[in-house]
Amino acid sequence: MNDWATKGYLEPGEIKTTLPRKELLMKHLIAISECIQEIPCNPCVTVCPLKAITMKDINAIPVIDYEKCNGCGKCVGICPGLALFLIGIKNGKGIITLPYEMLPLPGKGNEVYLLNRKGERLGKGIVMRTVIVNKQTKSSLITVLCENEDDIYHIRNIEIIK
Amino acid sequence: MREIQEHPILKLARGKEIWIKFSGTPIRAYENETVAMALYREGIDVFTESSKLHRPRGMFCAIGKCSSCMMRVNGIPNVRTCILPAREGMVIEKQDMYGKLPESIEDFPEPCEIYTDIVIVGAGPAGLSAANILKDFNIRVLLVEQNPKLGGQLIKQTHKFFGSENEMAGTRGFEIANILIQNIKDSNINYKTDSTAFGFYPDSTLAIFQNNQLLKVHSKYFFFATGASEKMIPFAGNDVPGVFGAGAAQTMMNVFGIKPGKDILMVGAGNVGLIVSYQLLQAGINVKAVIEAMPKIGGYFVHAAKLRRFGVPILTGTTIKEVMGTKRVEKAISIGLDEEFKEIEGSEKEWNVDTVCLSTGLMPSVNLLSQAGCTLKYVSSLGGYVPIRNRELRTSRETIYVAGDVSGIEEASTAMVEGKIASLAILEKIGYATGREKEKNIEELQRLREGPFSSKIVESLGEVTYE
Repeated sequence: MNDWATKGYLEPGEIKTTLPRKELLMKHLIAISECIQEIPCNPCVTVCPLKAITMKDINAIPVIDYEKCNGCGKCVGICPGLALFLIGIKNGKGIITLPYEMLPLPGKGNEVYLLNRKGERLGKGIVMRTVIVNKQTKSSLITVLCENEDDIYHIRNIEIIK
Repeated sequence: MREIQEHPILKLARGKEIWIKFSGTPIRAYENETVAMALYREGIDVFTESSKLHRPRGMFCAIGKCSSCMMRVNGIPNVRTCILPAREGMVIEKQDMYGKLPESIEDFPEPCEIYTDIVIVGAGPAGLSAANILKDFNIRVLLVEQNPKLGGQLIKQTHKFFGSENEMAGTRGFEIANILIQNIKDSNINYKTDSTAFGFYPDSTLAIFQNNQLLKVHSKYFFFATGASEKMIPFAGNDVPGVFGAGAAQTMMNVFGIKPGKDILMVGAGNVGLIVSYQLLQAGINVKAVIEAMPKIGGYFVHAAKLRRFGVPILTGTTIKEVMGTKRVEKAISIGLDEEFKEIEGSEKEWNVDTVCLSTGLMPSVNLLSQAGCTLKYVSSLGGYVPIRNRELRTSRETIYVAGDVSGIEEASTAMVEGKIASLAILEKIGYATGREKEKNIEELQRLREGPFSSKIVESLGEVTYE
């Protein structure tokens, strides 16, 4: 039995797909996937304007061509499993765009807690951008700047500082 | 008192304020709200009491399937208040024992006979997609729904749907419902809400009641898309008000904008348990934990991950042992299970919660099919008794078709495709040419079921599908 099937989250070591090369991450944001189970779902493939996401069939796991991805984030907004993220590196700092469907929505410049895959606070980050994409159908996208470049491999949620 | 003030996904709007009476006390209600929801929103947990031991009873399913919320309304007993729209001046009382009918029956209009080509029972994903196909043909269609709104359980699904473009994947369930419902409203289809089909008689009359009137429906074809009900599991205190079906909590939040509780313990980590827990967070409610008797999480990993990243623990190998509370849940006790599902002594854990939600499986609502004499078979992985059918969803009776959860518990996306297949099969039987549409949908259904998650379903469906 897979460990994640008991715990409900991935340890960084359990992510089987290769992540984007660092040089690419320094150019612009790139979509990564934590959709690791074969379930019948493919809107990310349909929505990608660059055809950077492919699947053998509807039950297969999505494969992202990092060289083609331009980081537009459409897949992050549509993914029903909220399992896609954008990551990037700028001046040695990490940048993550994550789907967020809670209230209140943080605004640009707000400081927020950065949470890992099990909801633990790993530090604080600054919101660079909040995109509210027709919330009835899509998830809002929050882009946060993290102190460490390595945070992009761990941070998957934010918490509003009260 | 228990209103959700703002919601990240839903626009919450309440109707005009009206007043009803509960045990002599005036209670505020809103138009478009059901009686049970108004009472619950105003802080009333106990609706009635059990007939033998006089234990308090509250709501359980909130969608007109169980009998937990039955009360006397304007003198008439055994009314399911969870699906009864509140009206100005309604008199609601706790029912005494089994309830007595009033002496005079002037409130009951004369029965009415309806003749149609197809009657669809249930306007959820399966029934609505069938109606959406049938609306374009020159046939008489009657669509009946027990709840005050069309849409079945789709209207409370605030998450984005899986599947492909054909099933509008990536769109939230209630948005899919809105589209399907609008198409029906714009068509010539005769639809009736607040209409409960309660009997199928030997002369093939389908009996329905709507606002105390009996409708006798005579139809060439019957399409049962009656859905499913939530399973109750045995544990001490499982009848204490505040123990809800997870779907009931979802109805309260996402259809009526009401908080089911403050602190929740979710029992069951299948997709329903995981999705509803996440939606509870969206409504600003504290989910203490999700417990699951099996050694692993039953639902999709992505749903579990969504919840875990908000810090909600998911405890596998753990079940509910007891719920305490006199008039409302005050505490719950969970217990660990070993590999043989035996309770591990000393592994009890106490939870300070006011609400326990059960997402321990669904059971197909086959009652009418059973009355109609359709052959049923018990298949546990499909949820219980399900009708034997062919690949076009025709039951053992020539004129009776099924689709959706009533034919075996699955997903809304497969229910929609099944609804299309069965309605196209009926059209072909009537004599309409529909091209390759039916085959295309049969192939689509196969595609959706190809993954490892569906292997058990496919195997079980094999046991009940004949050529």
